[in-house]
Amino acid sequence: MLELKRITKVFNEGTADEKIALRGIDLTLAPGDFVTVIGSNGAGKSTLMNIISGRLSPDTGEVWINGRDVTALKEHARARYIGRVFQDPMAGTAPHMTIEENLALAYNRTKRRTLSLGVTKQKREWFRETLRTLHLGLEDRLAAKVGLLSGGERQALSLLMATFTKPDVLLLDEHTAALDPARAELVTELTKQIVEQHRLTTLMVTHNMEQAIRLGNRLIMMDGGQIIFAAEGKEKEELTVERLLEAFQRIRGSQFASDRAVLSS
Amino acid sequence: MFSSVEAGLIYAVMALGVYLSFRILDFPDLTVDGSFVTGASVAAVLIVNGANPFAASAAALLAGFAAGVLTGLLHTKGKINPLLSGILMMIALYSINLRIMGKSNVPLLQQETVITKITAAWRQAGLDAALNRLVSFTGFAPRTWAVLVSMAIVALMVKGLLDWLLKTEVGIALRATGDNKPMVASFSANTDWLIVFGLGLSNALVALSGALVAQYGGFSDVGMGIGMIVIGLASVIIGEALFGARSVARATWAVIGGAIVYRLILALALRVEFLETGDVKLITALIVMMALVVPNTLAAQKERQRKKRRVRQLERGETVAGAETNYKSV
Repeated sequence: MLELKRITKVFNEGTADEKIALRGIDLTLAPGDFVTVIGSNGAGKSTLMNIISGRLSPDTGEVWINGRDVTALKEHARARYIGRVFQDPMAGTAPHMTIEENLALAYNRTKRRTLSLGVTKQKREWFRETLRTLHLGLEDRLAAKVGLLSGGERQALSLLMATFTKPDVLLLDEHTAALDPARAELVTELTKQIVEQHRLTTLMVTHNMEQAIRLGNRLIMMDGGQIIFAAEGKEKEELTVERLLEAFQRIRGSQFASDRAVLSS
Repeated sequence: MFSSVEAGLIYAVMALGVYLSFRILDFPDLTVDGSFVTGASVAAVLIVNGANPFAASAAALLAGFAAGVLTGLLHTKGKINPLLSGILMMIALYSINLRIMGKSNVPLLQQETVITKITAAWRQAGLDAALNRLVSFTGFAPRTWAVLVSMAIVALMVKGLLDWLLKTEVGIALRATGDNKPMVASFSANTDWLIVFGLGLSNALVALSGALVAQYGGFSDVGMGIGMIVIGLASVIIGEALFGARSVARATWAVIGGAIVYRLILALALRVEFLETGDVKLITALIVMMALVVPNTLAAQKERQRKKRRVRQLERGETVAGAETNYKSV
């Protein structure tokens, strides 16, 4: 479903600030795969997400989605195949527009936008049904401005907006990191439920090892722009935070670089 | 006063264009100062050369659209910041407007214009007499009602068109572009194209307004656009402050209202003996400053008083909303 072929990316090449962000990443996600990505700050996780979504273009290598080479497609054109949720709850919604208008915008992700009405009676009914699955009572607040919602509610809405049109690939970029523990738990649960329900091919970056272990059928660990550890199936199910840390030390021979990763485990 | 309302309705079309760029796209577009004159010049030159005034006005609209598209391209493809893109277009248009007119001023006094045509048709239908009878108890009888009524219809049509457009799928993407641009790209809308289209539409309205102002005033002048963006902003800000902007439909009403109120304030100000016609720009700037500062000051003052009241209530030992749970929350 999603194929990354020998992706490399260097920032500020030839200057004192040169940074090799990705060193030949190869990764293939089969349909329905749910891959969690962990790694310390600067490991290249965000760069990888941005290259898949088209916000950045790779120096070398190709991105394939659903058997199609999308490397040359611009971000907005590629978005037809990709659903995304960002870390910042403010990033995924338009605050001065209503809930139903935001959903209408998301509804057109896979369709050409025309001069027909954005929110029709029929769509509104469907939005209401879909919102009900969040169990947040948002279905009764269709005409409320999204800016009035709490961070957790906005992130849940973002998740719904990214998924209810069933994208070929779902990208989650630390989408629970900015929420308080209770809200993060709620959004994590919703993520699990939605991904399972639609069998979405998903790539999720997280700083939270416990979350990375709990969700998905595959796990990869990145460091220094490379995938240094991968686990799937039974091996993934038997992973614990301790074993992950051990694996990292064995490979890198150093303490896990990010304090945050340890703290949040 | 009556002519202030007439002018207000004509300028309202320009203000709606400014609302589209400034509020909807969050793009402070200074092209307006130039495209307003472009509209006036194109219409004036075509009319002088014998074109139908309605067709001339339509041509002005298209010219404005083109100017806005260029500003949009400067910003999206040339990666020039919004203010600078607008300023560059504005200054370029100054020369282009001179070229269009061939001189700095084109008089339209002896020409058939949209205004004279409508007034003539109106007179033939005898509508003035009927309307004057309706308001006869006030003892007030204007020259003609034709301009007021027809321009009100134009302004309302533009408002209706904007309201409808901003509710369509494209319109929702347009509004979201001004609200959260990165997010719009993630839902597969081409924000570059939307900005170009939005600015085109905005300047088309501005140019149409310029064409109508030229025909109403009887001339097109290369300097008539100076400060036009500020007048547009004044209308938007005054309107929103007075009439609110909860929804798009409400906001567009407010912009039309704001444009009329602005003309009325200006007319009243010019009645003050000390002030001259040349002071108009200064007065405009002051009106905008006041419209921006006063609501904030009032809100801050209200907030201070509200807090003081609560403190006093607490001191008197009265129960105050929110205070009773203090010891429970951690």
